[in-house]
Amino acid sequence: MATLLKTENLTRRLEEEAIPVTLVRQANVEIREGEYVAIKGPSGSGKSSLLYLLGLLDRPTSGKIYFRDQDISNFSQNKLAQLRLEQMGFVFQFHFLLPEFTSLENVMIPMRKLGNLSDKEIKIAATERLAELGLADHINKLPSQLSGGQRQRVAIARALANNPKLILADEPTGNLDTVSSENVQEILQNLVKTHGCSVVVVTHDPEFAQRCDRTITIVDGAIVEEE
Amino acid sequence: MRLLAFIALKHLLARKRQSIVSLMGIVLGVAFFLAISSIMQGSEEDFIKRLVDNSPHITISDEFRNPRVQPVDRLYGDKGIVSISGVKPLTETRGIRGYEKILAYLENQPDIKVSPVLTGSSIISFAGQEKGVTINGMIPQEIDRVSTIRDYMVEGSLDRLYANPDGVLIGVTLAKNLSLALNDTITISAQNGNVRTLKIVGIFKTGRSGYDRSQVFMNLKRAQALLGRINRINAILVKLDQPNQALLRAHEIEAVIKYKSESWQEQSEDLMSTLAIRNKIMYTVVSAVLVVAAFGIYNVISTVVMEKHRDIAILKSMGFPAADIRMIFLIQGILLGVAGNLAGVPLGVIFMRAMEEIEFRPPGSTEAISMPVSWGMEQFAIAATFALSAAVLASFLPARKASHVQPVDILRGGL
Repeated sequence: MATLLKTENLTRRLEEEAIPVTLVRQANVEIREGEYVAIKGPSGSGKSSLLYLLGLLDRPTSGKIYFRDQDISNFSQNKLAQLRLEQMGFVFQFHFLLPEFTSLENVMIPMRKLGNLSDKEIKIAATERLAELGLADHINKLPSQLSGGQRQRVAIARALANNPKLILADEPTGNLDTVSSENVQEILQNLVKTHGCSVVVVTHDPEFAQRCDRTITIVDGAIVEEE
Repeated sequence: MRLLAFIALKHLLARKRQSIVSLMGIVLGVAFFLAISSIMQGSEEDFIKRLVDNSPHITISDEFRNPRVQPVDRLYGDKGIVSISGVKPLTETRGIRGYEKILAYLENQPDIKVSPVLTGSSIISFAGQEKGVTINGMIPQEIDRVSTIRDYMVEGSLDRLYANPDGVLIGVTLAKNLSLALNDTITISAQNGNVRTLKIVGIFKTGRSGYDRSQVFMNLKRAQALLGRINRINAILVKLDQPNQALLRAHEIEAVIKYKSESWQEQSEDLMSTLAIRNKIMYTVVSAVLVVAAFGIYNVISTVVMEKHRDIAILKSMGFPAADIRMIFLIQGILLGVAGNLAGVPLGVIFMRAMEEIEFRPPGSTEAISMPVSWGMEQFAIAATFALSAAVLASFLPARKASHVQPVDILRGGL
């Protein structure tokens, strides 16, 4: 399968700290299209930092990132933002929905930002996304009126809003009870099949990691194992 | 852009109380700005209106701003060859030379109304009493062009002067001092010994006691005969359609006709500069109100930015560029500014209406007057512009800060 995202000797150091810390060192990662990859490792090992680098939220200190064989290491912040908007979706440990907006509005915001569809079409598409994840009855509720699992599903619906090629999830089940966690894991696994996108999940839950096609283990910022 | 405005609005609506408090700052700022500036502007306009209405806009007098240069000086002036001393002007009948030509020239200007006048001092005698007065010889039909004396007639009328060439208008104070009444006959004598008998056809009361005591209006021909200056005038009174143009027009007129032409601004220069200073003080004070209001806006938007760090991180991770984030918070400032104006201007209008209703009696006055309130558009424009720009400026700093938020810093922190 074609390579979606590739890194070369990716390193991220926090130079401005009193004692410089290396979050990620010399990481070479390749994510192929339609792949379901887990990044695991002990807390503080740099899993999330690697994810942020892959998600173009953070810039590496050195090394290169290729998106579909294009070197994007030197893209401007605005170009990276546009790339995130079109190609990526994020799910975080805490749902991180915008609290003033209803589920539907939360899902519509990235669509409206992209602006490829008319307002009417956006509304229909967003409603479908939410219905797909079993939230048809909750589209007009505020995040505060939803349960943890429901919020996380809205967050997934939002990540899927613009049909991204890559979903990046940072401990998406870290804050959920077992049932909701199971549910979210299933949804993520299905995304690969139903939407044909690649999913990268950061988790320290070995069971979760086992469901994935591939696991990258990271310790002290360095990749120690790939299976 | 619509999306950004939508997000901005939601942020403000989410903290209604804070938003309303900072909005009230702008609303009250705009309203007070309007109330104070309208009353200050109104009193100034009222004052100038009285000044402008009751005096000619430009007075052309029979003198020159600089003494005439002697021909010998014009030839050898700066060479120091000739010196003359003890220059004594020729005795001649004073007055504006060739005034008919000047009048014709002035009347050709579309925005100008003129009337010639001959003023001079003389003495009124009645029942053994004598009072020195200034007589204003004018063409009765032209008085209305350059004077508002008609509005101040309390007895008789200006029209009676048209019909009676021997009529005279006097002030109410003079009438009282000399126990004169309408239709009484008085004797006026000039310095050269000429004496005329005139009939009082009208009494005016302008409220300025000096004026009501000393000014007398009569037929120009009679005044010329009385003062022994046949066919002479010594002043031309000018009214303009645009009194504000007086300064400029006076210069233009003087450049053409050479006689000293004084605008009303020049005649009351000290008052005008007082008004100008007063205006500056007023705008400084009312602007301070809006500056304080701007701090309120700064406060609420800073708070929103601080509380919304997480949301900013999410929006950025979704793919909103920094410029969009900045715009969201700038829009909040604009929304507060616009809403502040929308509520502040009507409230200001209510204040202004209320002030117009207030009547009071100034000390020493017999009539109650109401507060002069100006409804000039420019103060609305100034208030609205100032409030809006204060709001935008106040939101600019927090907005810039918001755009610099790095999503990773927030996400890494967890919350």
